[in-house]
Amino acid sequence: MATTHYIEHYCRITEGRISKNGTLVFESGETEFSDFIKSAYKTLRIDYSKFFKMDSLSKLALVAADLLLLDEPEKNMALVFSNRASSLDTDRKHQQSIQDSESYYPSPAVFVYTLPNICLGEISIKHRLFSENGFFIFNRFKAGNLFDYANSLLAMQKAEKVLCGWVDFDCEKYDAFLYVVAKNGTFTHSKERINQLYQTL
Amino acid sequence: MSKVYLSHNNLLSAYGFDSLAAITKIKQERSSLRLIDDPNILSKTVCTSRIVTEKLKEAFGLLNPKESYTRLEQLLIISLEKTIKASGLPLNERVGLLISTTKGNIDALDTRNPFDEERAYLHVLGEKIKTFFGFHHDAMVLSNACVSGVLAIATAKRFIAQGTYDHVFVAGGDLVTKFILSGFNAFQALSDAPCKPYDKNRTGINIGEVGASILITKDSGALAKESVVLLGEASCNDANHISGPSRTGEGLFRSIESAMKQADVSAAEIDTISAHGTATMFNDEMESIAFNRVGLQDTPLNSLKGYFGHTLGASGLLETIVGMHSLHQNTLFCSKGFEELGVSEPLNVIDKTTPKPIDIFLKTASGFGGCNTAAIFKKVAE
Repeated sequence: MATTHYIEHYCRITEGRISKNGTLVFESGETEFSDFIKSAYKTLRIDYSKFFKMDSLSKLALVAADLLLLDEPEKNMALVFSNRASSLDTDRKHQQSIQDSESYYPSPAVFVYTLPNICLGEISIKHRLFSENGFFIFNRFKAGNLFDYANSLLAMQKAEKVLCGWVDFDCEKYDAFLYVVAKNGTFTHSKERINQLYQTL
Repeated sequence: MSKVYLSHNNLLSAYGFDSLAAITKIKQERSSLRLIDDPNILSKTVCTSRIVTEKLKEAFGLLNPKESYTRLEQLLIISLEKTIKASGLPLNERVGLLISTTKGNIDALDTRNPFDEERAYLHVLGEKIKTFFGFHHDAMVLSNACVSGVLAIATAKRFIAQGTYDHVFVAGGDLVTKFILSGFNAFQALSDAPCKPYDKNRTGINIGEVGASILITKDSGALAKESVVLLGEASCNDANHISGPSRTGEGLFRSIESAMKQADVSAAEIDTISAHGTATMFNDEMESIAFNRVGLQDTPLNSLKGYFGHTLGASGLLETIVGMHSLHQNTLFCSKGFEELGVSEPLNVIDKTTPKPIDIFLKTASGFGGCNTAAIFKKVAE
């Protein structure tokens, strides 16, 4: 019989608000994402020297992950993320830099962020995680796929815990919802519970 | 857990439109890399492997498409059509679709591209493939840099193990685009000659284009003759740098160790390695360190980049399929472009295609974001 797993912690970043386990931890009226995430980074005392070199998707993912990983001793923590827009925000920037031969200036610093899994690399570096990574693209948040994949990693002992969720950045709209699946925790790990936590802001 | 098999497969490449077309030429040590001058993709000469557009159009026309499809969609659809047909499987609720790509229809971002920018969303690509064939479930798109192809195979197994599906069709592809070439060129990583993985005189990577597809199934009946069992797989991050591999090969070392443990296979039992071998200084060096740390320095090893170039999101899938045929034909394929060892640790790079009884191979890949994946496959006993 399959072992029951639990959702230990969860967090959400969207529409100017950041919450952890349902409690608001940061709020800002900033309308630009870059200003909002900069304020959050400072207020939440996140410390990562590369932060300001990262693209928006990585900033969003790193701040969300930090809420759940800062006090987390477990390092065998798989990262299973998903979104809708992949790295398109940065892809468009790279495309702009090569669109016209008269203003052709591709930059390695931009190009490297044209992959969605780069944010998993940033989180792994900051938290010293040598763990399983996977980045999926779906048309919308899909609890079922994340649920099955996290269970599979835990059942095969590929990880002790799994940091799962959704980090999407597209046309200045941002939405992050991450949760930790573990052997102990507050909520039973189920598709219904994941959807419920995602739908309640 | 019941076994998971890799079975019917197809490679759509510059060599031809099925796996054997490529295998035949690889056996003869013939590269498909060519020098081309195409200002639409890069302002200088590029060494690459591309599928001939006229042949692609002709093959796609035979499938009677009801709407317009992008070049990448055509590659994936032609390849998948052949694999689905060979499998004879009905596409019911027990069948999944997994697409492995790094950039998908990224060419749709170019203002000169006839397709709408919306087409660059990877889920739209997934939807197009799903709808063409009438898959029951939405496509899952995996985009995890250059490990995507091997990780997709591992992922398919994991969903099968979890009971989500009984069979998963995995399709992988990426295009040779201005987007990609300009980026790698900005990194000064592109070679303007055929690449030479692990060689002392290597000058960087080539980017290539293939469409690849395979059936991954728990059903041991009606397998393709070159089928293999996936014994173990793992994917570990370097936690070191987003665009450069670890100096100690940490993530790759851990991936191989974890895959070996799950497979219950020792280093001595691995007959051959299909490595990543991009022919960049940092990658090849990192791999030599990781393979030595795990005790695989004497195991015959190749990189297939000298035949196809680096095919990005398809590469791990492509190279696994070639590895399956290598086992089936009991032949070690030459690591094209290799002459003299140019990494600091010893490696047994295959310098000539050689017949040899082989049963088990290791496939590895590494990519941006510090990701690494290893998978171990065993021939299905006949």
